[in-house]
Amino acid sequence: MAMTIHVDIVSAEGEIFSGLAEMVYAPAVMGEVGIAPRHTPLVTQLKPGEVRVDTGNSKEMQHFYVSGGILEIQPHVVTVLADTAIRAVDLDEAAAQEAKRRAEDAMSDRSAEFEYAKAQSELAEAVAQLRAIERIRKGKRS
Amino acid sequence: MAGAKEIRTQIGSIKNTSKITKAMEMVAASKMRKAQSRMAATRPYAEKMRNVIGHLFHAHPEYKHTFMIEREVKRIGYIIVSSDRGLCGGLNNNLFRRLFKELKEHRDAGVEVDFCTIGNKALGFFGRFGGNIVSQAVHLGDTPHIENLIGTVKVMLDAYADGKIDRISIAYNHFVNTMTQSPTFEQLVPIPSTAEEELKHHWDYIYEPGSKEVLENLLGRYVESLVYQAVVENGACEQSARMVAMKAASDNAGDLIDELQLIYNKARQAAITQEISEIVGGAAAV
Repeated sequence: MAMTIHVDIVSAEGEIFSGLAEMVYAPAVMGEVGIAPRHTPLVTQLKPGEVRVDTGNSKEMQHFYVSGGILEIQPHVVTVLADTAIRAVDLDEAAAQEAKRRAEDAMSDRSAEFEYAKAQSELAEAVAQLRAIERIRKGKRS
Repeated sequence: MAGAKEIRTQIGSIKNTSKITKAMEMVAASKMRKAQSRMAATRPYAEKMRNVIGHLFHAHPEYKHTFMIEREVKRIGYIIVSSDRGLCGGLNNNLFRRLFKELKEHRDAGVEVDFCTIGNKALGFFGRFGGNIVSQAVHLGDTPHIENLIGTVKVMLDAYADGKIDRISIAYNHFVNTMTQSPTFEQLVPIPSTAEEELKHHWDYIYEPGSKEVLENLLGRYVESLVYQAVVENGACEQSARMVAMKAASDNAGDLIDELQLIYNKARQAAITQEISEIVGGAAAV
């Protein structure tokens, strides 16, 4: 049997792949790397691309698309910490601006959702009161 | 038989309500199972990441990233994770109440706070409370995606990097089991030193492009993944709390129906008795 290396591909939202492989190819930032068993320990960033896992048993290679992440290599274990989201500095910045804007909107526009929540609780209170009154009335009658 | 019809309609409406609560209970039960498995699925990522970060610290003990340095705390950023919807018992309120106590301590100590809210309930509550909300995320749904959190968390991390806030904490519900959820507060940044230790053996890595870049990249993602984990865990808590609350509501509805049924039967019987005595009285008079 050929030498194998254990491969884990995980993302923040779940495990994507776990198993043995003869060879792994990954898109590192400084060029694609091919990892065979007993590769030297290495930690590198990944850029968007394809991680290919050659499981060796004459089947086709398994392909996984990653939009970036970190690759960690130990002599017998390869770990891909994959990003599921598309990441870029300006994209992240835009997302941050968006989150900020939403918060500001919510702060300034209190009339919308907060008023609604308040009205809802007041309504619940009124309903409870009505129900109590009703019950008292019924008790008197019977 | 004055009240009989009223009581009957009331029984009918309670029955309808209990059908809804029963359905919600079952929906929450199935969603809870999914949420729990999602919770388990997020664990390997954070664990692996912790390992790599641990290695990095081991290799460069002299290099201190901003996210590692303890500063004097003048302003704290709180990331508050809550549910989007209500009808889940005291889940959110318990968390907010506990948080309030902590906030009061901070205020007494002269420490200011910023909020970053995740979920509708926290936004509504802290909006009313008048806190300074710097970022927010709502409507994450049953399957939250990390994309929706990146921006929200980045606002906090940037504020930390700029020195506007000196600590980032997270408040969420920790999933103990189906019946118990415990409000939990954790410090995210500066990263507590326990997170970086516990190495069995370590490798002499080659870093590409450089150890600092890799570390920089990793730390942001690490914090994000922790926040994501908290959101997923809070989701599981929400579903289980809702399940329990709806079960209690269905049980109460059952009790109420039993009670009303008794009253209804009594009223009916009273009416019949009255009718009979009237007939008998009438017959006697003739």
